[in-house]
Amino acid sequence: MSRISILTRRLPRQAEGERQRISVRTFAEPLAYLLPFFIGLAIFTLFPIINVFLLSFKEDYRMLSGEFSRYGLGNYAFILKDPYFINGLKNTAIYVFTVVPVSTVLALFFAYMLNKKLRLNPLYQTAFFLPMVTSVIAVGLAWKWIFNYDYGVLNFFLSLFNIDPINWLNNPHYGLWAIIIYGIWSYLPFTIILLLSGLQNIDPLYATAARVDGASNFKIFFRITLPLLAPTVGLVLIVNIISASKVFNELFPLFNGKPGVAYNLYTVVYYIYEVFYVKWRLGQAGAAAVILFLIVLVFTMVQLYLQRNWKHY
Amino acid sequence: MKKISIGNLIDNLILIIGSIIMVFPFYWMFLSAFKTPAEVNTTPPTWLPSSFRLDNFIYAFQTAPFGRYFLNSVIVTASVVALTSFVTILAAFAFSRLKFPGRDLLFSFCIALMMIPFEMIVITNYSTIADWGLLDNIVALIIPFTSSIFYTYILRNFFFSIPDSLYYSARVDGASNWKYLWRIMVPIARPAIVTIALLNTITSWNAFLWPLLVVNTSENRTLPLGLYTFITDGGVRYERLMAAATIVVVPVILLFLFTRKHIVSGVARGGLKG
Repeated sequence: MSRISILTRRLPRQAEGERQRISVRTFAEPLAYLLPFFIGLAIFTLFPIINVFLLSFKEDYRMLSGEFSRYGLGNYAFILKDPYFINGLKNTAIYVFTVVPVSTVLALFFAYMLNKKLRLNPLYQTAFFLPMVTSVIAVGLAWKWIFNYDYGVLNFFLSLFNIDPINWLNNPHYGLWAIIIYGIWSYLPFTIILLLSGLQNIDPLYATAARVDGASNFKIFFRITLPLLAPTVGLVLIVNIISASKVFNELFPLFNGKPGVAYNLYTVVYYIYEVFYVKWRLGQAGAAAVILFLIVLVFTMVQLYLQRNWKHY
Repeated sequence: MKKISIGNLIDNLILIIGSIIMVFPFYWMFLSAFKTPAEVNTTPPTWLPSSFRLDNFIYAFQTAPFGRYFLNSVIVTASVVALTSFVTILAAFAFSRLKFPGRDLLFSFCIALMMIPFEMIVITNYSTIADWGLLDNIVALIIPFTSSIFYTYILRNFFFSIPDSLYYSARVDGASNWKYLWRIMVPIARPAIVTIALLNTITSWNAFLWPLLVVNTSENRTLPLGLYTFITDGGVRYERLMAAATIVVVPVILLFLFTRKHIVSGVARGGLKG
């Protein structure tokens, strides 16, 4: 009893005291806790951001000496005229706007099915979520084997439907489709998890009430569940668009690190990688990186806007 | 006991077909890893290997130092997870429990930094690592990743859910902030910390772009990078490539099978992508 009274009496006074003196001590302890975090953040995130922006405006930048001729928009002008960068933008856009919608629709369907909580649900969940945790290089290699022209199992399945074998990886026309098919498969787990957790947050009372009124499952899904899930779907779309804009790793297992057999499968990030790491033209790489950032920024703004406006759902 | 209806049967059938499609690339990888060259290159394909021979795995370990790659991956992942967890716990504590002017503003600034794509800052980070003379050094695979805004964000939210009264009573009993953090908060937040550590393990184990840039020699390669160089070094012999891919994938799959719920709950909060 006495202890409780001490507690209640001391606390307000203590809090007041803390508020009154803003001295070195106020900051010393929090700073000590935050120091390791901020050292890492400053060196490997903050400084690089500023540096990349500056770099993107430095013309004729030389990596070894750090010399450059002047600040200007030369790097931006160069890459925006570079057919490989344009190719990268085009492929990235096609990839994003096929993989994200298709995988979201499929994910919606399977999330709905998984939400029925059948007896084998843990088993199904394990199967559906497995691709999420495994290395793109290793799984991409398995896909390369599946896509193989002569002995690939995909062409075998197609042959059962009397479809002629497709040269997925060595015919420049099909390379992008191979990446897209692999992409849809690999985006499913993450998308299903987010949509499933969205579905689980919907009060089942709505559906029950509608069922009492005689609505069919079909009607309940499209008239009640889907509108209630709209904020989650919007969020998932944006997060996946941002993530798919950075498509890059997949090219390494499928095409041995080349942007397709005919060098026609550049992506924005692959372009950054090549200009930076193969050609060592850092100014241009910086400019391409800034453009990637602007793309991500636009979609992040949309995301923030959606989150704000959908909060009261 | 639920009645087994036709609807239920169709639901199960759909989910079984979906599951097969999702798992198929793994099945095909493992299966091919045990096949002979002649078995691999046949149409129609065989659905089970004639015997579980280990030749392809032995070949992979003999031609490329996969043992070394494995060890490197374990060292890098363990170090990253240990350091990141420590840094994250301290930062999340300061951002949730300690009071100082401008705290929430500072945190909002960090959140804004989260949208910076890693691919953008990689150029400068490479130069930094080169300036420090750490190129082709395993340390370079660890130190850029110790501060994670996203993990700090998750843990901070969890710390916020721990009632204030616990803190004040501990303080009255004479516990310092440091003691309170490690004796009370960390044990309570264990599920959140485990989730963060698991997501971190997976991301670190699968990392490819950064090792590709900073590692040159085979003794410093991690598994995904080692596997990638094996594609060119080992030649296009799919039974061998699939054996090597299996080596990379199996540890994470085992981890996933035992900790699925933790990982899924972490991913549901937006982790692992981007």
